[in-house]
Parts: sequence; structure tokens; C-alpha cells
Amino acid sequence: MFYRTAGQFKTTYRDDQALFPIRQDAVLVAVILILAWAVFPFIATEFAFQTLLIPILIYSLAALGLNVLTGYAGQLSLGTAAFMGVGAYACYKMLTIMPWLDPIVAILLSGFFSAGVGVMFGIPSLRIKGFYLAIATLAAQFFLVWLFEKWAWLYNYNASGAIQAPNITSVFSGGTYVSGPLATSFTQYYMVLGITTLLTILTINLTRGTLGRTWKATRDMDFAAELIGINLMRSKLSAFAVSSYIVGVAGALFVFMWRGAAEPNLFDIPLSFTILFIAIIGGLGSILGNYLGAILIVGLPVVLNTVPAALGLPLESAFVEHLNLMIVGGLIIFFLIVEPHGLARLWGLARQKLIVWPFPY
Amino acid sequence: MKDTDGSYITEDGRKIGGVVMEMKNITLKFGGVNAISDISFDIREGEIRAIIGPNGAGKSSMLNVISGFYIPQEGEVWFHGKPRPQMKPYEVARQGIARTFQNIALFEGMSVLDNVMTGRLTHMKSGLFAQAIWKGRAEKEEIANREIVEKVIDFLEIQAIRKTPVAGLPYGLKKRVELARALAAEPRLLLLDEPMAGMNVEEKEDMCRFILDVNDEFGTTIALIEHDMGVVMDLSDRVVVMDYGKKIGDGTPEEVRANQEVIDAYLGVQH
Ligand SMILES: Nc1ncnc2c1ncn2[C@@H]1O[C@H](COP(=O)(O)OP(=O)(O)O)[C@@H](O)[C@H]1O
Ligand SMILES: [Mg+2]
Repeated sequence: MFYRTAGQFKTTYRDDQALFPIRQDAVLVAVILILAWAVFPFIATEFAFQTLLIPILIYSLAALGLNVLTGYAGQLSLGTAAFMGVGAYACYKMLTIMPWLDPIVAILLSGFFSAGVGVMFGIPSLRIKGFYLAIATLAAQFFLVWLFEKWAWLYNYNASGAIQAPNITSVFSGGTYVSGPLATSFTQYYMVLGITTLLTILTINLTRGTLGRTWKATRDMDFAAELIGINLMRSKLSAFAVSSYIVGVAGALFVFMWRGAAEPNLFDIPLSFTILFIAIIGGLGSILGNYLGAILIVGLPVVLNTVPAALGLPLESAFVEHLNLMIVGGLIIFFLIVEPHGLARLWGLARQKLIVWPFPY
Repeated sequence: MKDTDGSYITEDGRKIGGVVMEMKNITLKFGGVNAISDISFDIREGEIRAIIGPNGAGKSSMLNVISGFYIPQEGEVWFHGKPRPQMKPYEVARQGIARTFQNIALFEGMSVLDNVMTGRLTHMKSGLFAQAIWKGRAEKEEIANREIVEKVIDFLEIQAIRKTPVAGLPYGLKKRVELARALAAEPRLLLLDEPMAGMNVEEKEDMCRFILDVNDEFGTTIALIEHDMGVVMDLSDRVVVMDYGKKIGDGTPEEVRANQEVIDAYLGVQH
């Protein structure tokens, strides 16, 4: 009923290939975009910016990157955090070496470094698959974090071994500070939102076209893919490149637009798993799912911390942490067993029901 | 009525041209097993060439050699009058050779339309950045190729399941979608591995009609493996008979049917 599709006929292939062939979907996306661009930033508190809005966007972007590789091209990776680290350190070094570089440009360029490193570590995927590939990416994870610690040049020989986001302005924010202690959350939110929106659109385009089909064919049946003319090496390595680019940009945003500083162990396995959980809970092979998953994973601890307290039942922080882990763990098991396509699929089913409602079919 | 290069017109008026592909003394071994022993045969432009033989005779292995998926220990594959250098399966596909598989090999996570669109991948040229931007080159290419794919979908009468995920389709339809994916590539040589296996009589009739129409309307050269002798006799211009990796017969359906060795080895045995 609400999702009535009757009367919406496609008369050209162009219309049929439109991003949101169903009008209600287009409306929904428009509403979300208006909220994100014109409503949230004006009503959000500093707390909401820092604990919800900005991290949700950055985690969504990282999960989007992982999803390209794992959800679309079928190559499992446990090294996401390390590739985020490559993006962050690349951005840091670029801004050190070229202080005149606009930080937003630097962030977008830093993805190319993680893409290069991603392709390098993606080479084993040409020979090994599944579990064994996951182990190889885990090796990349360990190696890169080790490198972030040991290669003092990367953090400008700081005594602390950490990298710090400097105060820098950008033309993209109209000349105000976008990184460092002087930057406002409001500005940073818009920078993150802009980059996330841009990369999401580009990724949607890639996944719905030739490359997307190449990746999915590689994922679904690699030998058949090769026999119909797909160069598996190019397919897999392009997935590693695009994925690592997005993940690297997310890593740079993570440090420069949100945390403000980072130590090497920030990019260790727990972060890789968090991103993987977001992708799984949201739905592998879905764009929307990354956002749903990030809202859940980032939002859950905030809700557990604030809602009971507001109801006069404050929970101990250790308890909240454990409760959070238990819920996330339960959700992972639920989605892996019951609904491997994640929240995005649940939304798809709900949408299907809305299309035919109030009739059962 | 044969030309100097052997080209001729069939009784039903189709033109059979010169040799497009020639297998020369192919031997393929798996460990100690000879899947193919010293087999030679050719495929002519525009013909329907059947490969028959009992299970395990080496028929699928032969198609896999043509596809570049198996590399024979001995022998050469000649394509358009030249020995073909060793190449990867995707390079073979790009030379205009498309195929279907004995055990359906569709991309289960994709819709019918997307599966058929993958058949066009070898024709799609826009680069990564053009695709990311979409508007312009990539969109134009997508629409042009979609039009070709829609023609194939109409041709095979699968319009109604266009947007359906292939995973849940019945077996007969999956086989048809697989043929659609191969046809979408507009191949010069089409390899079909048991396209009618496991189908009921009606589905078989449909499939026979499609194969004949493809050959007739587009002039596509077809090499197919089939068990059903009746089908083979109806469809094919020439037949290669294999048994235990050896070639035991080669000729028109009538010649093959009259060949005593073939009768002993194959026709006499119940399958
Ligand atoms: N990949 C492989 N590894 C080992 N043996 C194989 C392989 N493929 C085929 N064979 C063997 O080669 C022989 C021919 O198989 P195949 O070409 O599938 O026969 P057909 O298609 O005529 O039924 C069989 O004995 C089979 O077991
Ligand atoms: Mg076979």
C-alpha cells in the first residue's frame, strides 16, 4: 500500500537502470539525505556529533570498503583496520611533507596509498581462497601494525609514537579549521558526510555496472567467471584496490576528523573485527547495510549507556560493555545462521511486505 | 556439392563454410588416466557438430581443452587456420568462444538479467573511473549492451523471469538462462555441454528449437555434447563419437549410425 508500485512502468532501459526504480525508495533516500545534510547537524549536541553522527559515518564508510571486497567480490579480509591505518599514516605524512596541501585533498589522496598496499596484499588471493586468504590478510594486519610501531619516520619520530591531527584549514569548509583541536564538530561532520556521500555514490555506480558484475561473478563461481571471459586476476585485484581505497580514506577520516590522534594499536585486530561485524550485521553484498550495521554497532553502547540512566537505572560501565558484547555476539550468530544477508535483507523483506500490504501476497 | 575448401550448402539451405577449429592429435592425461587419447577432428563454420559417447568418454574434457581450461599434454588446437598459442580461458572467451556447462554454472547470487549481462563483459570497455562516474560513457555502454541482452532474453522467452534471482529457478530454466548468458556474448563458436540433460520432453523440444534457431538465424557455429541419440540425429550436421578417450567414429549422423564399431561401443549399450 505505502509502497504501491502499480502504475510505475519503465519504458526505457535507462529508467529501468535508474538508481531507485521504485519511487518510494527514491523518496526514502531523499528523506535520509535531507536529515543527514540539513537537520541532524543543526540539532545535534556535541555529544551526539562525537559519539553517534561522525563515527557512524566513518564506520559505515570503512564497512562499505570491506563490503566491496568481501560482499561483492567474495574475498574475505581480516585486515581492514591495518588498511585504515595505511590511509591515516599516508595522510599524516603527506600533510607533514606538503603542509600546503589541503587536508581534504590529502585525505582523498591517502586512499591511493592504501589501495596500493591492498593490491600488494591481495596478490595471494590469486592462489588461495576463503579461510586461507583470511589468514593471509591477518598476516597483513600484524605486519602493518608492527610497521606503524617500528617505522619511526611514519610518526615523525615522536617520543610518544602516536600521530596527532594538526590544526589545518581547508577551502572545502570555507577556510575554517577541519582538523586538529581548533576544528568544530559541525565542520568535521560536514566534511565526513561529504566524502562519505561522494564515495557511496561512486561505489553504487561501480557495483551496479560492469565491474560489479565482474566481482559478483568472481564471488559466485570463479571458474565459470573465467570461462566467460573474466580475467580473475584483474577482477580480484581491482576489488582489493577499490576496497582498500575506501577503507584508507575512512582511516584518514577516523584520525583527522574524529579521534584527533592515533597510536598504532588503534589499527589492531579489534577494529578489523568491528568493521567486519558491521558488514555482516548490515548485510554482505549490500550498500545500505553498511549504514544500518554502523548505526547498530556504534549506537548500541550509546543507548545502553544513556537510556537506562535516563530512566533512573544507571548501569555500571563494565556491565554495559559486557552487555554490548553479548548483544553484538548474539546478533552476529543470528545473522550468520538465520539471515546471512543482514539487516539490509530484513529491510528488503519489510519493503516487499509494504508493497503488497494489506494483502499477504 | 562441395567447394574446394569443403564448404557446402545443407539440404535445409544453410551454408557450411571452411574449417574454423581443428583439434590435432589431442592427448589429455589426468595422472595415469588418459581422458583423451590422440583425437583429431575439425569444426566447420556454421555447422552443428555433435560429440557423443558413453559417460566418462572424455567429451567434457574435450570441450574444456577447447575452452583452454585443460591443457593437453600433446596435440594442438588450430583456430582460424593457425595453431593457437597456450592461453587462459578468459582469453579464449574473448576470441568469441562461449559455452555452457554440464553442471549448471550460473552466478547464483545474481538476477537472471545480471547473469545474462555477464555474457556481455567481454564487449564492455569503459574503465574504472568512467564506471564510477556512470553518467556518460558507462551509462551509454550499459544501455547499448542491455538492448542486446534484451533481444537474447526475448529470443529465449525468459522475459518473465528477468528480475528473478537465479538461485530459486527450476532446472530447465536455469539451463536456458545459461544458454542466454552464452548467447549474449554473440560468440562465433558456441560450446554446449549436454544442454538437454535432465530435461523433460517439452523442455528438450524447446531447447532443440533454440539451438537450431541460433544456428540458423545468427549463423553461429555450435559444438554440442548430447546423450539423446534421437536429438543428435535431428540436430547435427556431423558427429564425433568418443569411447574411453578414443575417437571411434566421425561423420554425418547416417554414417555414424551405420558404423559397426559405434554400434558395438555405444548404440548397443543401454544408457
Ligand atoms: N579434473 C579432472 N581430474 C581428474 N580426472 C578427470 C578430470 N576431469 C575428467 N576426468 C576424467 O576424465 C575422464 C573423462 O571425463 P569427462 O570428460 O567428464 O567425460 P564425459 O564428459 O564424456 O562424460 C573420466 O575418467 C574422468 O574421471
Ligand atoms: Mg561430460
